[in-house]
Amino acid sequence: MSRESVLVSAQWAEENLEAPGVVFVEVDEDTSAYDTGHIPGAVKIDWKTELQDPVRRDFVDRAGFEKLLSAKGIANEDTVILYGGNNNWFAAYAYWYFKLYGHDAVKLLDGGRKKWELDGRPLSTDAVTREETTYTAQEQDLAIRAFRDEVVEAINAKNLVDVRSPDEFSGKLLAPAHLPQEQAQRAGHIPTALNVPWSKAANEDGTFRSDDELRELYKGAGLDEGKATIAYCRIGERSSHTWFALHELLGYSDVKNYDGSWTEYGSLVGVPVETGA
Amino acid sequence: MTDSCAAPEQGGALPASVDTEKETVLQGRVLAGDAPVGGAYVRLLDSTGEFTAEVVSSADGDFRFFAAPGDWTVRALHRTGNGEASVTAPGPGVHQVPITVG
Repeated sequence: MSRESVLVSAQWAEENLEAPGVVFVEVDEDTSAYDTGHIPGAVKIDWKTELQDPVRRDFVDRAGFEKLLSAKGIANEDTVILYGGNNNWFAAYAYWYFKLYGHDAVKLLDGGRKKWELDGRPLSTDAVTREETTYTAQEQDLAIRAFRDEVVEAINAKNLVDVRSPDEFSGKLLAPAHLPQEQAQRAGHIPTALNVPWSKAANEDGTFRSDDELRELYKGAGLDEGKATIAYCRIGERSSHTWFALHELLGYSDVKNYDGSWTEYGSLVGVPVETGA
Repeated sequence: MTDSCAAPEQGGALPASVDTEKETVLQGRVLAGDAPVGGAYVRLLDSTGEFTAEVVSSADGDFRFFAAPGDWTVRALHRTGNGEASVTAPGPGVHQVPITVG
């Protein structure tokens, strides 16, 4: 897997805004950023209202994904360039989600919205409409999605990578430090998990670190390259960022994202939990 | 329970649900000279320099973090320049952190 096949630079993006067969998609939890200015021509996907089932805790199903992409004007043969705020957390999550439903021609804009803004590149408030398509999705590729039982079985058996901040890992905080700490479930981490915060995979401007730096980072933290890996965070978006680094950039073959993450694991009855660094 | 990781609205009054007897709030304004800088990427770094959180400053330059007692660095990135400031939060409550970029 080469970096060019999964990432595009802001420079490339600006030069290809009107390229045929290329669709830019901004993915955020809070779409107000998009509404105040977006990459010209980009459509938006709302992480919460459009990718999550409104009732059950799960994703929209295959038919729902087909309906969503059709309405957004994204065709099966389009190359989708994803970007967003929060250092591309939600864009990386959407990337993983697109892969889950079998859309192979998808790339991340390296650095996301932050890099684009820090570079002073153009933003537009023009409404974007694309002609509706008839999109066909595949069944979920469960080779990249981990569920809770598999995570419990991975203790002492697979690499578990907890990508939350050290204070969340140790149990001092239950959520990232820009959010009120009101959660009630147990704090801590899954026994045997390595703590490699997602942020170590990114530069200050939101771009990914080099392949050499990334390999050194995970090996230095104790990742066993001969074993399968499951990444998790709190709700599965920061761990999508790390899944991208491990699976798409470094090319490790068996890497799954546990989207249930700590909000599920930390509420399970009877599972082991560790606290402390 | 908040299941969102996106940044809440920056600036303005603290939400009524926030108990400043328990929460350690670090907040302030990003300035260039006397002018507020909106749209700056404000990063919270812990005492070892490790990234902890990031928000985007409001149109009035305001930012806010929910942290824990300790020593912190706040670093702001903007296309017009960067800046940083240190703050020590001895305990819960609201701690002000002014920061200048340029």
